[in-house]
Amino acid sequence: MIKKRGVDWLLLALVVVGALLVLAPFYLVLVNSFKSPTDYATSGPLAFPQSLDFSGITKFWERVNFPEKVWNSVLISGVVSVLAVLISMLNAFAIGIGRVRGRTWIVLLFLLANLLPQEALLYPLYYMFKSVGLYDNVWSVIIIFTVVQAAFGTYLLSSVYRTVPKEVLEAASLDGAGRWKILWRVVFPITRPTLSVLLIFFFIWTWNEFLIPLTFLASNANQTVPVAISVLQGDRLMDVTTTSASALLGIIPTLIFFLIFQRTLTRGITAGAVK
Amino acid sequence: MSLTARARRSSVPAEEPAIPQRGQGRSGYWLYLLPGFILLLVIVIVPLVWNVYLTFTSWKGVRSPEFIGAANWIKLIGDEAFWTSFLNSVWMVIAMVIVPTIVGLLVAALLFDVVGRKFGGKVGSFLRATYYLPQILPVAVAGIVIGWIVRPGSDGALNQVLGAVGIAPYDWLGQMPSALIVLMVVLVWVQIGYPVVVFMAALQRVDPELYEAAELDGANWYQRFTSITVSIIRPEIFVVTLTCTIAALKVFGPVYIITRGGPAGATLVPSYYAYQEFFTKRDVGYGATIATVLTILVVIVSVVFIRVQTSLERKERAGL
Repeated sequence: MIKKRGVDWLLLALVVVGALLVLAPFYLVLVNSFKSPTDYATSGPLAFPQSLDFSGITKFWERVNFPEKVWNSVLISGVVSVLAVLISMLNAFAIGIGRVRGRTWIVLLFLLANLLPQEALLYPLYYMFKSVGLYDNVWSVIIIFTVVQAAFGTYLLSSVYRTVPKEVLEAASLDGAGRWKILWRVVFPITRPTLSVLLIFFFIWTWNEFLIPLTFLASNANQTVPVAISVLQGDRLMDVTTTSASALLGIIPTLIFFLIFQRTLTRGITAGAVK
Repeated sequence: MSLTARARRSSVPAEEPAIPQRGQGRSGYWLYLLPGFILLLVIVIVPLVWNVYLTFTSWKGVRSPEFIGAANWIKLIGDEAFWTSFLNSVWMVIAMVIVPTIVGLLVAALLFDVVGRKFGGKVGSFLRATYYLPQILPVAVAGIVIGWIVRPGSDGALNQVLGAVGIAPYDWLGQMPSALIVLMVVLVWVQIGYPVVVFMAALQRVDPELYEAAELDGANWYQRFTSITVSIIRPEIFVVTLTCTIAALKVFGPVYIITRGGPAGATLVPSYYAYQEFFTKRDVGYGATIATVLTILVVIVSVVFIRVQTSLERKERAGL
């Protein structure tokens, strides 16, 4: 290792201080979720809890029926990610391997569909789903995000499928395999790593969505974790430690994803940046 | 395989499908696009066109829309709240693009050039993960966390800490500019990790010996930063800037959760303003107009982004 000079230690200290600032809000929410309101009032927000108190967490847990919200979020994000990967695959097969005419424009169309602000679709979608009776139903959100995520998936996978070695496809074709079979027996297994990265990303992106679930899931029983937590903010019954507990419960699921998928996530972000 | 077959294969232009055609033509591939296209049509294209049509109507969401020509667009020009919302978008861009990109550049360079090289890669990746942590939060939850810290009244965490040094409780969200600053803090906090991770990955392309050589030649840290780091990761700086600008224009969650556009509309952003017109004031036509302006802006930035992206890809391919 290279010789460390005084200035290096100083620079390290600078980065560490920055990191501590980033962590500070997590710390505050963590310690104060386990305090009783009196403990909070006497020892302040910075100290550790004097004794572990779960009343804030249980109060909020029961209030929003947390397991139900987690299930809604898992159901929506899970179905969306599988359907969106499937549709991305079909689109990318036609564009990247079938090389249909006008494919550059088609890819552009899908990419723009993904980048559009959701407000531009919000009211017509709201009206449409209301008239077909899917308003306040998780399926409205599932359908919308399947399309939004598949639009991005099509953009990304099309360029991946263009690089599938031609020899492999030709060999399969010579063996008598049709297109459908080639897609599932050849292309799918080769690109499985990319597909699983997409699947994880679609899941987390959908989990984190706010505007559309907020608009479409009106009743508490259908809401996702972020929506259910945020509609209770400012509620008179939310004292300071219960609010802290609500934030903690919002953090925990994504923290679990982060710990499980950390490597995939960091690799995926960088792949997405300069594809 | 015979020579002629091989010769024929190499002469197949890149325009042809990658699977040899047998009987069925290329048109069969359209079948694969069908489900995706139908969904795109129903969920994106039809609503988008419908929304543009609504900008020329007055509609409360019940009965049928009434055609009123360009009245919504004219109202927009004289609407102070509309201009405030887009001015606030500039602040959102500062919080989501400019600050994170500059800080991200410095942090990534420090982690790569100093921490990673002199204190070991493990310290570097641990710190990188720390900076990235808020990025995984739903932006709504990030808003709740920061909103909790600046909770008004004497029991708010920040007010308690300030109270300990004798400062009276401050109503952070009830006045300007603190309400806007709180929103910007949420966005900076959430966004900071993204450039750090992207830039650090880009720096993998740099040969560490380059830094060592520069150091031996007497280049100080700042000189190494500008002449090596920034010049090498310029493509990533473009991409991060543009994608984050698109995200900054769309900000909704923190505003909905923390300020609701308040105090007195001072922290309105376009997406929240449109949402309010749609569902609170029930002026759907006007909400659609705001949403359309936002869409036009986002599309312009997106087109710039796509052009940069394709030119980068072309360069990359030419370099291979």
